[in-house]
Amino acid sequence: MLYFAVRRFLSALLVMFAISVLVFLIFFATPGVDPAARIAGRNADPATLAQVRHSFGLDRPLPIRYLLMMRHLLVDRDLESFVNRGSRVIPQIVQATPVTLSLVVGAAVIWMAVGILMGTAAATLRGTAVDPLIMLVGVVGVSLPAYWLGEVVNLITQKQLHGTVFSWVPPPGYVGPSQDVGQWALHLLFPWLTLSVLYAGIYARLLRGEIITALNEDYVRTARAKGISERRILVRHALRCSLIPIVSLFGLDFGALVGGAALLTEVVFGLPGIGKLTFDALQNLDLPVIMGTVLYAAFFVVLANALVDVLYARLDPRARHA
Amino acid sequence: MPDEPLPEVPLPDEPLLDVRDLRVRFRTRTGTVTAVDGLSLSVAPGEILGVVGESGSGKSVSMLAVLRLLTSRNVTVSGEVRFRGRDLLTLPDKELRSVRGREIAMVFQDPMTALTPVYTVGWQIAEQIRAHERVSRKAAHARAVELLSDVGIPDAASRVNAYPHEFSGGMRQRAVIAMALSCGPALLIADEPTTALDVTIQAQILDLMRELNARGSAVVLITHDMGVVSEIADRVLVMYGGRVAEEGPRRSVFHGPRHPYTWGLLDSVPRVGGPRLRRLPTIAGMPVSPGDLEGGCAFAPRCPARHDRCDERPALSGHPGEAAHRDACWLPADDRTAVRLATRTAKADPADQAGPGDPADSADAADREMAP
Amino acid sequence: MTTQNTTPPAAPAHPDGDGGGDVLLRATDVAKYYPVRTDALPWNQGRNRAGKVLRAVDGVSLEVRRGETLGVVGESGCGKSTLGRCLVRLTELTSGRVEFDGRDITNLSARRLRPVRPGMQLVFQDPQASLNPRRRAGDIVAEPLLVHRYGDAAAIRRRVSELFDVVGLAFAHLDRYPHEFSGGQRQRIGIARALATDPKLIVADEPVSALDVSIQAQVLNLFADLQDEFGLTYVFIAHDLGVVRHVSDRIAVMYLGEVVELAETEALYAAPAHPYTEALMSAAPYIDDTADADGTPDTADADGTAAPGTERRERIVLTGDVPNPVAKPAGCAFHTRCPYARERCAVERPRLTETSPGRHTACHYPLTAPGGTGRVNSQVSTA
Repeated sequence: MLYFAVRRFLSALLVMFAISVLVFLIFFATPGVDPAARIAGRNADPATLAQVRHSFGLDRPLPIRYLLMMRHLLVDRDLESFVNRGSRVIPQIVQATPVTLSLVVGAAVIWMAVGILMGTAAATLRGTAVDPLIMLVGVVGVSLPAYWLGEVVNLITQKQLHGTVFSWVPPPGYVGPSQDVGQWALHLLFPWLTLSVLYAGIYARLLRGEIITALNEDYVRTARAKGISERRILVRHALRCSLIPIVSLFGLDFGALVGGAALLTEVVFGLPGIGKLTFDALQNLDLPVIMGTVLYAAFFVVLANALVDVLYARLDPRARHA
Repeated sequence: MPDEPLPEVPLPDEPLLDVRDLRVRFRTRTGTVTAVDGLSLSVAPGEILGVVGESGSGKSVSMLAVLRLLTSRNVTVSGEVRFRGRDLLTLPDKELRSVRGREIAMVFQDPMTALTPVYTVGWQIAEQIRAHERVSRKAAHARAVELLSDVGIPDAASRVNAYPHEFSGGMRQRAVIAMALSCGPALLIADEPTTALDVTIQAQILDLMRELNARGSAVVLITHDMGVVSEIADRVLVMYGGRVAEEGPRRSVFHGPRHPYTWGLLDSVPRVGGPRLRRLPTIAGMPVSPGDLEGGCAFAPRCPARHDRCDERPALSGHPGEAAHRDACWLPADDRTAVRLATRTAKADPADQAGPGDPADSADAADREMAP
Repeated sequence: MTTQNTTPPAAPAHPDGDGGGDVLLRATDVAKYYPVRTDALPWNQGRNRAGKVLRAVDGVSLEVRRGETLGVVGESGCGKSTLGRCLVRLTELTSGRVEFDGRDITNLSARRLRPVRPGMQLVFQDPQASLNPRRRAGDIVAEPLLVHRYGDAAAIRRRVSELFDVVGLAFAHLDRYPHEFSGGQRQRIGIARALATDPKLIVADEPVSALDVSIQAQVLNLFADLQDEFGLTYVFIAHDLGVVRHVSDRIAVMYLGEVVELAETEALYAAPAHPYTEALMSAAPYIDDTADADGTPDTADADGTAAPGTERRERIVLTGDVPNPVAKPAGCAFHTRCPYARERCAVERPRLTETSPGRHTACHYPLTAPGGTGRVNSQVSTA
């Protein structure tokens, strides 16, 4: 276990190092591009450019510049945004994290619940008209782009029907759970639903396939021959075994989303999360912030991978040591 | 199928399991296929019935049908399966569940896949006990330990908490048998329980079945191996093409087989003892697949003794004075031995064999195999 | 991989060295070890657990004489299939030597092995898995001919038709795909492919175990006929004692990667010398039908007197499972399950030595030794 943790930690460091170098090189070593011009933002005057060049030591060799940047980011934690001078990167990320976590955790609960329900129902009712219907709903959910669905939801709840049915929907934005849990949930309700619609369909579809395979397994026949009820066979045997691949997929999706992949949903609903932060930074080519969020995302993806491995061993005894 | 009444030899007991005219049909893309075609058999309390046949004989499907374990929507089962006076085919689900596992237990061929991989062996045995009896988790667990040690698993108290993948094939089959025994079933149906195992392990499992039988359970043992049947069965049922070809007491069937298919099965097995032949007697052609059954005797296309009457389906009937030994064949009852010897001598002639010397015949046989 | 061995190396002396016959294939002290590192634990992946190795084949020496059938019998995991692959160099040996037709092929490069290959072919257990499903039967059989530059297209076509004829397939089958054939026919295709290059030796790895009884007999007859016609030499690997007895002139019994007994078929079945052989034979299901020597089926048999040589053996049911080949027992590999094991067996690994003319046994106390000393302390469970 210790060996595993150390290995994971080392591989995480390696991944993060590689990503940071890559991002750094894209900004500073692309030929024909003046990094100062990028740092200073768009339409900066020559005086600002010169000042930027000086203050960032752009005349020094690349490795030194990389190390300087990393020291500011991680050790001194005083790396500032190039665009909004004065606002530091680390506090921005720290501020954005709970928003993204709130969004992703809530959505994950919904999509797993709905996905498992839909997948199980479809698998049990296969051969009837319900199964293709459920799958159709799932496919429709998967095929709706998040920004489009989000905009439509906003259009309906904030404008078209805001006067009547959806008068209770608060304006886009985020309220921390420490301030008011009710408002927190209310603000996040539609973002949650929007995000989970995308994933519930995929999970339902996957799970349906897994359960159908499991129901044809010998051990299900054994269970039937034991005289166990169909419901118990479905839940305790077929579903339990089908969840193993689902859970590992879930871990990866969850990690990516916490890492900022929920960007579109956050932007559409005006949630100041990691995705939104990355989005804004990208628009302004704000390198320090991009560097920060990218490293943060890499960290979560690696962490999620590690958690999946542990969880996998918990779920599947065959993956534990003999 | 006309079931000949047997007034001369009344059965000692009411049969435990009485299957009458069982038919299993599968709907496939190319039409309906009859896998079991009017099977009738009975199992007396405490006896071991060996059901032998090649692939496609319907031996496994019929036993799955008995417990209504054929769950596909494309299967239709008809007939009657009387178990202790009740027809299992029409029993409400809930009552059927109380028969499954408690009164009739089943063991399947592949022990590697028969247990749910994510639960311990003990959990799965306890699950069955608790499905049928009101006992505490703890008591069920204790029973599981006892059962595992009964079937010869060393250190059962700790092995009970092992997962299936931590057991070897033979151990898993023991665990599955322990589970089957957990509620003291009156009947155990074992579908090729030793086929996936090595011979030395097979011997252990067969011993276990004997022991179980000695404790009073009747056993239906499905197998393709004449040796296994000869070792363990009281009565033998030879199936071909979803029908019974021959049935009777083991001694009677093995020492005086009457159906040409049984002759073929016995002759074509290379033995561990007795004379060694350079060439084995064979049964021409391929086992019939359920889709190819025609009106007459299912074995006729491969039969060395077929004649005109074989276009008509023979009924299962006993011979005078030996009603318990029945066969479905049109050959005259009195000179079967002579016919068997005659077909053997004919077989010894290499011209009858599929082989290098005779491509035409083998090609013909192969073509018959290819018929859709 | 190291070839260091914790147990004393098996005698390099040849079990058949003295025996007559023209030797086609000679294996000397062949070993094949696999490193064990497939640990399912994610945090152990890629770690070789303390350098452990699985000893699939552990010092096997044997000879195959021209024109004979050598049966190799044993239970799953005894290394018989790996040995088969070593013999035709389908897998690299860890140590040891294989000579084919008087030539050491152990270390031949792929290029230098090429001209040797046609002489030794393999027939696999699962014809379904060993035939390319996307190729027609005719092309499958033609492939080795193309590889070994048999001749022009017309010559190859002629040869393929000939082979189909020989194995009992119709010409109409040339253009069919493997899935259109039955198991027995697929095995015939596999045999035709093996025959294509006119081999001297065919190593058949469980060629009939996936087949129905009646089909099994047909394929076994085909093997016999081909041997008679082409003078083939077979190494016939199987787990079924009846099948091995039927086809083999001599039989090697394997247990945990070692040959524990090697003898003429009749002698071996009449009186096994190694306790494992004895147990294996007694475990084989016995058909009690008194199909006696003259072929007369008896109907009036009442007392069950059997013809000589057909009696049921005394049953010996071994306890427990075969040990893990990663952690082979010290001394005699079989001593953990042997009903006759003594102290010496747990310490000293017995070598395969000639215990009686033509018979080699790896046992300190062979059952056929004068006076039957092997049966001391016997705790045989008989039934």
